[in-house]
Amino acid sequence: MPEAALLEVEALDAHYGDFQALFGVSLSVGAGQVAAVIGANGAGKSTLLNSISGLIRSKANAIRFRGEPIGTLSAFRVLARGIAMVPEGRRLFPSLTVEENLIIGGQFKRPGPWTLKRVYEVFPILEERRHQASTSLSGGQQQMVAIGRALMSNPALLLCDEISLGLAPIVVRDIYAHLRGIVAGGTAAVIVEQDIGQALAIANTVTCMQEGRVALQGRAGEVTRADIQAAYFGV
Amino acid sequence: MNWVNTILQGVLVGGLYAMFAAGLSLIFGVMKLVNIAHGDLIVLAAYVALIVTDGLGLNPIASLLVVVPVMAVIGYCLQRGLLNRTMGDDILPPLLVTFGLSVILQNGLLELFSADSRRLQAGALETASLQLADGLSLGVLPLIQFGLAVAIIAGLHWMFYHTALGRSFRAVSDDPRVAQLMGLNNRHVFALAMALSLAIVAVAGVFLAVRTNFDPATGPARLIFGFEAVIIGGLSSLWGTLLGGILLGVVQAAGAELDPGWQVLAGHVAFLAVLAFRPQGLLSRASR
Repeated sequence: MPEAALLEVEALDAHYGDFQALFGVSLSVGAGQVAAVIGANGAGKSTLLNSISGLIRSKANAIRFRGEPIGTLSAFRVLARGIAMVPEGRRLFPSLTVEENLIIGGQFKRPGPWTLKRVYEVFPILEERRHQASTSLSGGQQQMVAIGRALMSNPALLLCDEISLGLAPIVVRDIYAHLRGIVAGGTAAVIVEQDIGQALAIANTVTCMQEGRVALQGRAGEVTRADIQAAYFGV
Repeated sequence: MNWVNTILQGVLVGGLYAMFAAGLSLIFGVMKLVNIAHGDLIVLAAYVALIVTDGLGLNPIASLLVVVPVMAVIGYCLQRGLLNRTMGDDILPPLLVTFGLSVILQNGLLELFSADSRRLQAGALETASLQLADGLSLGVLPLIQFGLAVAIIAGLHWMFYHTALGRSFRAVSDDPRVAQLMGLNNRHVFALAMALSLAIVAVAGVFLAVRTNFDPATGPARLIFGFEAVIIGGLSSLWGTLLGGILLGVVQAAGAELDPGWQVLAGHVAFLAVLAFRPQGLLSRASR
């Protein structure tokens, strides 16, 4: 595990009403590090990200960011601390233009390198389409808006939920190339993915989840594909 | 000339109906809340204006300087303290709570002010008119009322599409869950929308109280007129709300011209016709 963890998740449980979705999940992410969380559908990956982002409340100490408990904070307060999320399915605001979607991501104006200008430098196509309705863009371009929108808050930690979902392989490669650049700039990330190859190529650590529990955890270079397959499929 | 006069008077009354409806439309657009107490809040604003005009000796129009901020504060507190607790995926709890609020407001006003009809006196302004032609004149007060309605709708439209607040309203309306992830405090944004809605309600309440008698039981009928204007114009379309108000006013005026007993009924028939043949309203959101 990395030293001086930026994010520490410890014995996290999560519930949807009477249904328990997470059972004692623990995870640690260091500054500038990338943690990949993989697993089959229903394994609890998105629930984990929703808990970290504040969409699902948990016990205060179950999630700590920069050493401070954030488990009971609302999503907008979690964002203010420096954790931004790229939600599954992009979830852009359809009544907002591309530029408005980006601007609204920068509500808190945390200090940092990410500005509208910087986002347009990284994703030039978005500047060309800035006045278009966000829903008129292709899937890959919409994903760029979703990533740019999250970056506009200058997060220290980026949560990416299935960013390859529904995109053509060539677009996925392009999106991940951008993500590598973003991480190289010092932003840490937790990446939830079903595309194991892409996730492992960028990650420092990997956590494989199964039925709400951590089935496997280790450094990306030390965990073998056979270990992952065994944990992924529960064999 | 008589029919021209009828239609013009209907258009001007429609401005008031548009004011009744604008707050409803705003609230529905931002948080999908149908505020059953909307009409009673209009009447509450009229009583606040009554207290202000009696207490401070202000003209009803000048009393807006006090009534509008007071109602806005009431709206913010109402949303933060009560209605936010009922908001969620199910639209029934806020509907029931605003229904209960409607009953409480009516009974509270009855207890405080009795069932006597009241009216705000605007002096010479009430009878001032502009003569356009023989047999055709327009009241100055209805003209001011209509001009304010257009200004309010235009202002709301500008705010929605050119300000950070409007952007927040649209984002929260589109996807409240993701809006939180982008740093928006939905509870605060909803409360700001309700404050704005009740600021508009305040203007509507004052003009209602100058135009006609009011009592604690007047609210539900204003809610129906506002609701009809919103549906006729198109849900969540601000310009549609103005058009809906005007059409409702004109149809009511035309009905009254044919037979005084048909005035309100004619408006209801127009509302039903729109529901039957164009349930999305005359101007949908897409055609803003």
